Amino acid sequence: MNNNYYGWGLPIDISTHGASVDRLIYVIHWLMLALFVGWLTYLIIVLIRFRARPGHTAAYKERHFKAPTYIEVIVALIEAALLVGFSIPAFHAYRNVVPPADQAVQVRVVAEQFAWNIHYPGADGKFGKTDPKLISRVNPIGLDPEDPAGKDDVKTVNQLHIPVGQPVIAYLSSKDVIHSFALPVMRVKQDVIPGQEVRVSFEATQTGNFEIACAQLCGLGHYRMRGFFIVDTPEVFQNWLKEKAPK
Amino acid sequence: MSHHDHDHHGHHHDLPFWRKYIFSVDHKVIGVQYAVTALLFLFVGFTLMMLIRWQLAFPGQPLPGFLSTLFGDANAPGGIILPEFYNQLGAMHGTIMIFLGVVPLSVGGFGNYVLPLQIGAPDMAFPKLNMLSYWVYFIGGVIMLFSFFVTGGAAQSGWTSYAPLAVIAQQGQTFWLIGMVFLITSSLLGSINFIVTTVQLRADGLSFFRLPFFVWAQFVTSFLLLLAFPPLETAGVLQLMDRLAHTSFFMPSGLVVSGEALAISGGGNPILWQHLFWFLAHPEVYVLILPAMGIVAEVIACNTRKPIYGYKSMIYAVVFLGFMSFIVWAHHMYLVGMSTEMSAFFQVTTMIISIPSIIILTALLLSLWGGAIRFNTPMLFAIAFLPMFGIGGLTGLPLGLAASDIHLHDTYYVIGHFHYVVAPGTIFALFAGIYHWFPKVTGRKMNEILGKVHFFFSFIFMNGVFMPMFFQGLAGVSRRLWDPTQYAHGLSTQPLNVFISFSAWGLALAQIPFILNFFGSIFAGKKVDQNPWEATTLEWSAPTPPPHGNFLTPPVVYRGPYEYSVPGQKKDFWPQAMKETN
Repeated sequence: MNNNYYGWGLPIDISTHGASVDRLIYVIHWLMLALFVGWLTYLIIVLIRFRARPGHTAAYKERHFKAPTYIEVIVALIEAALLVGFSIPAFHAYRNVVPPADQAVQVRVVAEQFAWNIHYPGADGKFGKTDPKLISRVNPIGLDPEDPAGKDDVKTVNQLHIPVGQPVIAYLSSKDVIHSFALPVMRVKQDVIPGQEVRVSFEATQTGNFEIACAQLCGLGHYRMRGFFIVDTPEVFQNWLKEKAPK
Repeated sequence: MSHHDHDHHGHHHDLPFWRKYIFSVDHKVIGVQYAVTALLFLFVGFTLMMLIRWQLAFPGQPLPGFLSTLFGDANAPGGIILPEFYNQLGAMHGTIMIFLGVVPLSVGGFGNYVLPLQIGAPDMAFPKLNMLSYWVYFIGGVIMLFSFFVTGGAAQSGWTSYAPLAVIAQQGQTFWLIGMVFLITSSLLGSINFIVTTVQLRADGLSFFRLPFFVWAQFVTSFLLLLAFPPLETAGVLQLMDRLAHTSFFMPSGLVVSGEALAISGGGNPILWQHLFWFLAHPEVYVLILPAMGIVAEVIACNTRKPIYGYKSMIYAVVFLGFMSFIVWAHHMYLVGMSTEMSAFFQVTTMIISIPSIIILTALLLSLWGGAIRFNTPMLFAIAFLPMFGIGGLTGLPLGLAASDIHLHDTYYVIGHFHYVVAPGTIFALFAGIYHWFPKVTGRKMNEILGKVHFFFSFIFMNGVFMPMFFQGLAGVSRRLWDPTQYAHGLSTQPLNVFISFSAWGLALAQIPFILNFFGSIFAGKKVDQNPWEATTLEWSAPTPPPHGNFLTPPVVYRGPYEYSVPGQKKDFWPQAMKETN
């Protein structure tokens, strides 16, 4: 784990969509800073200039000035621009623009207290059927042993490997409570809701060893629901899959 | 009317102690009961937070000194706070601070004491309902505290109590739900009372546009409580049924917990809980902030010696804010898998609701212009409220936009954001209110030097606690982690956790002058007459402390609430109830 990835600001971004998220965060913070410094400067000037002192009296009707109205209108317009120009398109791209399934690496992520079960479809590209009734200690995702599509499926715990430069579609589900699947360096965060399957897609731009974090309180082990998120070159990734394939 | 009141006044002097001070129907006694109970709960909630801060600064280290044996082996064996206990501390800190501390102090305390006085009423419209509301709140609080001592401890699924986690949690959650039903019932009784009182019992001449802004804020707050709490009460009962009667309102089929299939019918939906919860909990944010804005407006008007700037636009803004607060709730839920369309709707409403907030804040800032500002303790807290609430409001923007929320959701950024609204925001306003109205309640002023010490240290340490959280949040550190150093991205900001924790303990020390001042001034504070601040609103025209029935003769109102420094007047304040010139 490389500590240069993380500091006191945003962690490094290794995703194709992350730049739009970061740009919005930076733009808003500049806006916030400008407004706050403006308010604070005004406040300090006012507190000094209009302090109670002998010979100074308050004005019943102060001199009327228009600047605040204009500032409010400008702020409202900037908010509208951020919303329409940045946030809605970026969120739409994040949620709804999904790469074609045949060109993407597909993976199921099944969350439980307090681990991430990772499930790849294997060489045939098809996930084996699963059923909660079949879940046991040796079969944590309830994979159906009768289903031929499941014979070559690759299963790991807390080890999410993906290839760099290739889109990934992750299907998230939970066995027990709500978790939240967070990849800070990928600018990916998605609640994992039991009883539903939620899809999230992303693409990495560089290799490295990173983390999966749980971002939603899921019980006493929430703090240690950490997984490894490893971005490899496509060759290394394929070799790893082969190595992990059931013999 | 006047004779009638005097009769009552006479009667109540003969009441036994327990009717006069314990089961009282006088809004002022009930207000003080609410305020004192709420201050005690704020202290409890604060204490829980200090334990949390120990664990976050020194993860897994035993608590220092006598604290290491205080909590028993079930919670902290060898003084090491267990994750289970940590989660209890977190859930109960939030619950106590919001539902047992801030709201009861700002609405139950200040609302009860000040609102009838400010509208010139002899009491609340339904005094017995008022008493009931306090005692139902009290029972709710006792249930919440008691839950720490049941097997498995108090609720530990966050103050949000998301299903299914809360449904499968230990019995502390049942106590939490029952406690919440009491607290909600109390708020409903109170809110009806406030609405009827404001509509029916205003003094002659006190039209709606002559009401102090504080009354408007309480009035809108009451509608929020009245309309937003019933869905949560319903949801609470449904979750209680899921836990006790094995229904599945919030429980989907096919759940497997710790390798065991749950024996439930299933078919429910965990997201339903979130919608019902946030349908209350977002208006609740405005329940926390509006009375604070009301207090700040009163204190600023009085201590700038000039009328509030844009009084009417503030009222329109607060009404609009109240309305909008009902249609922004799902911005807490962008990441549950919401569609672009739905998130777009809630982003638009969220950006719209920022506008009335900015209008109110701007009006308060502009009110300072042209004033003759007195820097007494209540005014210092009220002035500090403005930039602190400003930070809280501004940092809501990146959370209100779904795209930036992807990274910031459920991180410390969120904690920093809402604490800036509620802690250095609302709580500073509540301190301003305590220092401002203390002379009316007790007939004595609080000490100015202790007050200023309290203010300056609180101001420094509050920012020391909450400002670093924005950096932790940007770094991606999740909330509610027993040990954030488990993650590499939590490790880099760990020094900030140590800094925050020392600031939090410093903040605790900064409250000592307040506690000394509060109790000391009851007995030894400087005695004052009925209007020590030379203020205009009606409560200052009542005797100090106001007797049962409040006013010696029913007041008549001749002008708006903030007639300070009116040209042609000898004095710089012109009370609402004064017929002649001043």
